[in-house]
Amino acid sequence: MARIGVFVCHCGENIGRTVDCTKVAEALKNHPGVVESVDYKYMCSDPGQALIKQSIAEKNLTGVVVAACSPHMHEKTFRRAAFGGGLNPFLCEMANVREHCSWIHEDKEKATEKAIAIGRTIVEKVKRNVPLETIRIPVTKRALVIGGGIAGIQAALDLADGGAEVILVEKEPSIGGHMSQLSETFPTLDCSQCILTPRMVEVYQHPNIKLYSYSELESLEGYIGNFKATIRKKARSVNEELCNGCGACTQVCIQKKIPSEFDAGLGKRTAIYVPFPQAVPNIPVIDRKNCARFKAKAKGILKEACGKCAEACLKGAVDFDQEDRFVTEEVGAVVVATGYQLYTIGKDQPEGLQGYGEYGYGTIPDVIDGLQFERLASASGPTGGQILRPSDGKPPKTIVFLQCIGSRDPQKGIEYCSKICCMYVAKHTMLYKHKVHGGKAVVFYMDIRAAGKGYEEFSRRAIEEDGAIYIRGRVSRMYRDGQTIKVQGFDTLAGEPVEIDADMVVLATAMRPQPGIETLAQKLSVSYDRHGFINEAHPKLRPVETNTAGIFVAGACQSPRDIPDAVAMASATAAKVLGLFSKDQLEREPTVAKVNQDLCAGCFSCEHVCPYGAVEHKEIRDRKGVLLKIVAEVNGGVCQGCGTCQATCPSKSVELQGFTDEQIYSEINALAGCVE
Amino acid sequence: MKIGYYPGCSLHGTARELDESLRAVSAALGVHLQEVEDWSCCGATSGHATDHLLSVALAARNLALAEAQGMDQVLAPCAACFSRLASARHEARNDAEIREKLPELLGLPFTNTVAVRNLVDLLRGLAPEIKAKATKPLQGMKVACYYGCLLVRPPEVADFDDPEQPTSMEEVVKAAGGTPVTWNHRMDCCGGAFSLSRTGSVIRLGRAILDDARTAGADAIAVACPMCHSNLDFRQSAMALRGEAPMPIFFLTELVGLALGLEPKALGIRRHFVSAAPLLERQCAAGKGVS
Repeated sequence: MARIGVFVCHCGENIGRTVDCTKVAEALKNHPGVVESVDYKYMCSDPGQALIKQSIAEKNLTGVVVAACSPHMHEKTFRRAAFGGGLNPFLCEMANVREHCSWIHEDKEKATEKAIAIGRTIVEKVKRNVPLETIRIPVTKRALVIGGGIAGIQAALDLADGGAEVILVEKEPSIGGHMSQLSETFPTLDCSQCILTPRMVEVYQHPNIKLYSYSELESLEGYIGNFKATIRKKARSVNEELCNGCGACTQVCIQKKIPSEFDAGLGKRTAIYVPFPQAVPNIPVIDRKNCARFKAKAKGILKEACGKCAEACLKGAVDFDQEDRFVTEEVGAVVVATGYQLYTIGKDQPEGLQGYGEYGYGTIPDVIDGLQFERLASASGPTGGQILRPSDGKPPKTIVFLQCIGSRDPQKGIEYCSKICCMYVAKHTMLYKHKVHGGKAVVFYMDIRAAGKGYEEFSRRAIEEDGAIYIRGRVSRMYRDGQTIKVQGFDTLAGEPVEIDADMVVLATAMRPQPGIETLAQKLSVSYDRHGFINEAHPKLRPVETNTAGIFVAGACQSPRDIPDAVAMASATAAKVLGLFSKDQLEREPTVAKVNQDLCAGCFSCEHVCPYGAVEHKEIRDRKGVLLKIVAEVNGGVCQGCGTCQATCPSKSVELQGFTDEQIYSEINALAGCVE
Repeated sequence: MKIGYYPGCSLHGTARELDESLRAVSAALGVHLQEVEDWSCCGATSGHATDHLLSVALAARNLALAEAQGMDQVLAPCAACFSRLASARHEARNDAEIREKLPELLGLPFTNTVAVRNLVDLLRGLAPEIKAKATKPLQGMKVACYYGCLLVRPPEVADFDDPEQPTSMEEVVKAAGGTPVTWNHRMDCCGGAFSLSRTGSVIRLGRAILDDARTAGADAIAVACPMCHSNLDFRQSAMALRGEAPMPIFFLTELVGLALGLEPKALGIRRHFVSAAPLLERQCAAGKGVS
């Protein structure tokens, strides 16, 4: 016979204001099977929890119902209390009379009635609860970090220094990401490469880090603590074991005029190339789309063309026949740090974005974006750090910088602020003024958002010390007039139109997630917003976790981030992962689906509908080993307890533990007033 | 194809050649124009500057008439008319208060079901036919397509082409065998209704447009708005500073008509202040089709 205890919480005034808690406790006292029913001001407090523990012992309770807030809030707290009182924690349930009742109603009488009804349904459920045991699963103490930009590098190093093994996957031939392209960084103007490249080398040399460059994640299976990652090692056409990075191959390559991705199209590279001299690993890759030999082959020419790089290589490392290879790595956690791309503002846009054709990007050579300006200002860039405009190589006397291109413009498809542009534009004006004395830097801005340590001071410095001219307003359009660019805009503070003859225009274009982020997110079963940014589990309290256990997120793939943010997030993911790895076994809630294998007919409808791939096939054999049937079995480690299988199973032979059909129907019956 | 036709005042006044050329081109392309009976002012210039509700109601009356006369779409060749009619649709769609007031105010049922189309929209849709029936294609005449302000803006009202980088006029010119030039001022303001009250501004703005078209190598400018035409054509003599060569301003329908082999006279081209005759003669002399 059930002996249920009901504990009604006032939650200060949160519940007590609109629900008569004493009346609820009194009413439930008479419900069949209830042997104890009390109310208390703060049930989650120490004395409140003591009350529950005491009642379990004194009244010999077989189940506990706490009528209070949502299970999301305090289920764990009260289950722990029940466990402390000697009860299996899964015999304790919450009746949500706050979010589902007191917070949303005004009429106290009716709200009280509703609270009583909610209490009754949960009492009926708890009567049918059975003790469940926590699931324990082993942990592979190796982490996969996707993306070798500053976020991925930081996460990998922190993890590796913390004793975990790390698999770092980078899709480009070198790690370093966008940060390696930057000239100097705000707000200190320290050289980007000087602070980044030592860390890149550290990654390469760290005994705990295995680097897969020029590689991508092909697929990810499994669950927290037990993932199996398949990594595609794209064909580099250079044997990584043999190559010593001498660079002889790149010297002889006949294709010398391919726009360099690293120089944002402003510089040129060869078909066999190392993206930049400080690349890690310092191993070239053949760009097969542009290589003469591969182009000839693609055209069906049988005679082997070129091959100069192979001739030049003393190590015999060039391997034209290399193919993509797949490796499998077992990992316990994944850090996603795939970073960003800049909004390319030409006419061709993905769905939902409209581009900024009116600004002439792509048609006027001296209209460039922020990353291109970084390359012009960088000592390692195509101009050796001199600010020279692309069209004629002359130093521009007037540069106009436009902020918020793409960002904060819902009409053009992006409503968010890209966060870094205010600061890097201020930095650009400074770099320009330091290099071209007497040059004029004009900035069109909407607001100056300089929140961050030293940021406001930095942007003031650009204006007050370096004399950048800031005009609040938007530019309506630009066009080429001879050698200058006419920039027409509106000064909203002066209330008048302005026209500036510029020699060069730099557009601070919006930050967007990397192309292909949606595909990657689907491989990882993590959610993303409509722009493709990975969703965090909670915007404030779980900022680096995703909704999929064991998968974490760092840097600009979650939202626009600057370097300090990205690094902080990366270290946070490392702390989270190391916390996970500090245990030998993980505990999981046992509210997972379970198959009644006597009833299961093996139709595998459940397998088709399971969003997590948790359903496995199990052979049932008799003692002689003769196969009797194949039935479904749910992997408790993978199952997320959504219950879709339970709703789908034609023979009702799979049920979610803790949410069986019997329990749900008894709740509905209780609501309808039918209590046995 | 049958389409409702709302000429508006300009096409009966300063832009008679637009009416003439449109009717001639429509007939040649098999488009039947059914004039909205008892049409009245669209509310442009003074109407919408006087009273908001009045401005919607004036335009909506014409749409309600079209509705009552069984039309599902109405062509408004004047860009200002197009803008007013489209605005009325937009207001009626988004403002419940106005929507409820309209039937009583108009004394007519109004369900806002008649689509409003502009001239360029119509011609772009007919581009394949134009190309097929062009017996005297423009043979590479360099045309600067001038959109002005109201054809594509504001985008939520006009709901036509790209508000910053439209291409539809160029498509029509290409179909007629012309070569659209790339230029900068095709979206700029011509001064619009300030032609009489602030003539100086109109001359300054128009001069910039003409200069840019000239720099881009245009033989002529194509427009799709009576106001643009009036400002650039009628005021052109005042815009020339150093005796620049006159720049003929064509309505888009006139260019299409020429390509279709229609007589310039039937298209009303002789009504222009800046004569198109020298250009057309040049074309003809160079054996370029147009007579």
